[in-house]
Amino acid sequence: MNVMEDDKVNLTDTQKKARRGRSVAIAVALVAFVVIIYVVTIVKMGPSILERPM
Amino acid sequence: METAGPAGGFGQTERMDRVRMALVEKNGYEDAAFRVSEAQAGDYLALLKPRVMSLVVFTAFVGLVTAQVPVNPIIAVVSILAIAVGAGASGALNMWYDADIDAVMSRTADRPVPSGRVLPGEALAFGLFLSAFSVMTLGLVANWLAASLLAFTIFFYAVVYTMWLKRWTPQNIVIGGAAGAFPPMIGWAAVTGQIGLESVIQFLIIFLWTPPHFWALALFKSGDYGRAGIPMMPNVAGEASTKRQIFAYAVLVAVVGILPSVLGQASATYGVFAAALGAGFVWYSWKVLRMPDVDRVMRPAKALFGYSLLYLFAIFAALLLDSVAARLGAPVW
Repeated sequence: MNVMEDDKVNLTDTQKKARRGRSVAIAVALVAFVVIIYVVTIVKMGPSILERPM
Repeated sequence: METAGPAGGFGQTERMDRVRMALVEKNGYEDAAFRVSEAQAGDYLALLKPRVMSLVVFTAFVGLVTAQVPVNPIIAVVSILAIAVGAGASGALNMWYDADIDAVMSRTADRPVPSGRVLPGEALAFGLFLSAFSVMTLGLVANWLAASLLAFTIFFYAVVYTMWLKRWTPQNIVIGGAAGAFPPMIGWAAVTGQIGLESVIQFLIIFLWTPPHFWALALFKSGDYGRAGIPMMPNVAGEASTKRQIFAYAVLVAVVGILPSVLGQASATYGVFAAALGAGFVWYSWKVLRMPDVDRVMRPAKALFGYSLLYLFAIFAALLLDSVAARLGAPVW
């Protein structure tokens, strides 16, 4: 149970640990998603995607 | 026994009250809506029903490989991943909606929502977010037919089965079984852009396999389903009728299982193997049919449940091996 003091919510150690775990999982999922989209783009469009005129 | 009403079961308000009460009783939370989440990343993973997901990954992979179309391995892997996440998303939506009945069933009471580790709203948001992402990803990576099939599968499982059929009719898992049967068809469509007869047969194998699989479980867990007010076949039509229906579906599965060989899509070796597997399914179902009414241990039903899992894995593994052998030009009779 979180503790409220001076209108602020002070998280317990369990809540902090859980939040940290969730944040790490979201970060890993986001990085994985970016990598997937990057690789799929290269695969689908081929190396020519890097040779387009500016 | 509490019974579910004909119009989709418990009302929304009553359902949410049940979830809240389960949280209060179990964890002592005065108001679950205002607490800070203590959910671990693993709890969110559990929302995706990893064991069901593994079956989805496997059957979708078989659908993809048996299509016999050259495909970039990265596109194949990402397509399977999108299908898996989509299936997981529908699992999360199912756990959000079913938290009230999950709380009163021993098999499901420790799931993240009824146990209070994840709030219902969090599970709903997680499920909706992943549903949209998985469908969009599959559409962009593979094609929009496969993405549409995935979207329909999620809708069918989360809305048609979970919200409508499950609490309303003993045919719930017969019709709802279609949701679990779509993955090989999606895998096939992801690489071919169409729906082939082969993928329809793979769909039928899982579709016809689902009733005997779940009814075997329902026989020895009928008390659980009864307490939760779920109209499973043994609770509604009685055990004798359920056993007869299990046997009928087992015969149908055994026949459909050998169709790929009969129609020339798979080798005769596969046909012999599928026939043996099917005969095993019919044999275990026969033992259930012959099970005395006074038998409360129900070993034959437990044995059928275990065998059904083995059957589905083995028959799809056989399809996979047969397809790979054909592709490699191996001399298979």
